[in-house]
Amino acid sequence: MSMETTPKQSWWNRIAHPGQFVAWTRPLLWPLTILTAVLFVAGLWFAFFNSPEDYQMGDTVRIMYVHVPNAWLSQFVYGVMTVSALGTLVWRHPMADVSMKAAAPLGALFTALALFTGALWGRPTWGTFWEWDGRMTSTLVLLFIYLGIIALWRAFDDQLRAARVIAVFTLVGAVNIPIIKFSVDWWSTLHQPASVFRADGPRMPGSILTPLFVMFFAFTFLFLTLHLKAMHTEVKRRRVMTLQRKAAQGAGA
Amino acid sequence: MTAFWAMLARELRLALRGGGDMLTLILFFVIVGAIVPFAVGPDRVLLARIAPGMVWIAAFLAMLLGLDRLFRPDHEDGSLILLRQADLPLSGVVAAKLAAHWLVSALPLIVASPFLALLLAMELDTFWRVLLSLLLGTPALAAFGAVGAAVTVSIRRGGLIAPILIAPLSIPVLIFGTGSITASQSGAAMLFLAALSLMAVALAPFAAALAISSGED
Repeated sequence: MSMETTPKQSWWNRIAHPGQFVAWTRPLLWPLTILTAVLFVAGLWFAFFNSPEDYQMGDTVRIMYVHVPNAWLSQFVYGVMTVSALGTLVWRHPMADVSMKAAAPLGALFTALALFTGALWGRPTWGTFWEWDGRMTSTLVLLFIYLGIIALWRAFDDQLRAARVIAVFTLVGAVNIPIIKFSVDWWSTLHQPASVFRADGPRMPGSILTPLFVMFFAFTFLFLTLHLKAMHTEVKRRRVMTLQRKAAQGAGA
Repeated sequence: MTAFWAMLARELRLALRGGGDMLTLILFFVIVGAIVPFAVGPDRVLLARIAPGMVWIAAFLAMLLGLDRLFRPDHEDGSLILLRQADLPLSGVVAAKLAAHWLVSALPLIVASPFLALLLAMELDTFWRVLLSLLLGTPALAAFGAVGAAVTVSIRRGGLIAPILIAPLSIPVLIFGTGSITASQSGAAMLFLAALSLMAVALAPFAAALAISSGED
């Protein structure tokens, strides 16, 4: 690429070079890890020892502090992938490919955890592990889309070509995200409607909202840390593959 | 527009002269339906209740079956690369292929659906609503299928992955498709189904063309 040989580089171009991206972001990794750990310790302490029991659900309400952040991340990670997909298709930014690929397994994991904790919570409160309700069904569909995208990444030999094709599919799959968001308003079945992010303010007392927000940030920073680390790993994996290919060509010649 | 019609005619000729693909598809559709009574028991009341859903599942599976020949033969003999150089933009080529795909893989199923209705002990007025819902919903299935086929065309064994990608996208079609038959407000579900089809058919050619041109070079 000719961009990297030009003397004056914008930060945009500088992070476009995978090696430079790793060098630039490596110092962020430790602070992010420590921040995540601190947030988790604080959030879990709040959640277990310093928040009230629900008058109906009792102690099971504490599952919420794990369930809601996972559910939020299941959609947020897809948002990150959608933006990365635009970055791949519109600007052909090499790090957007890497971000898109690194995010998919994390998103699948958070979605699976959201479904799992939801089932654990649903059994004592609703009397069922699973119900074909709008939000659960659309979240399950989201999990299938994540798994499909991961399968697609594994099916391609050429990762650079894969990135653009998968970016198209990621954008098509993004139609599911608004469906999940509004599912609780469109189909009122078992799942409760939005109660934190509402136009008229949250519908919860502060004693529950505080641990929820701390856990919410803890999980979000967990994602950011893991995502960055996964991106570094992916850059290294690609470098190894390039070196192997060069070595194989050298051996053949 | 003439290029579009030429493309459509080419696809139809290939499908009609290519052998018994269309008959195989119909056979598959009817056999999936005929297996149901063996799997759930030949209780007429139960069969009549689940018949519309079974017809939809059979149609969905049969349409997945025909997907792999939408772009793959053209990819393998290189004509997909030539089609990218044509006067007709690639999205136009995809739209023509999509129309032909619907004509050769969805329309025969709709024509064959009375057989299935008979086998599954369907009521006559239910059957008319199933027929209408299939007419309204199968274009969306074909459109999502075209996107899935385009995304996987450059993978050697992509035929296996395409259904995994398409199934989650097709769930809304199945929801409104069967909803338009069982629910009392079938009119609203039919409108949703028509809206889904219109939107999917309008957008799919562009997404599929983008996926093809991204995967080819």
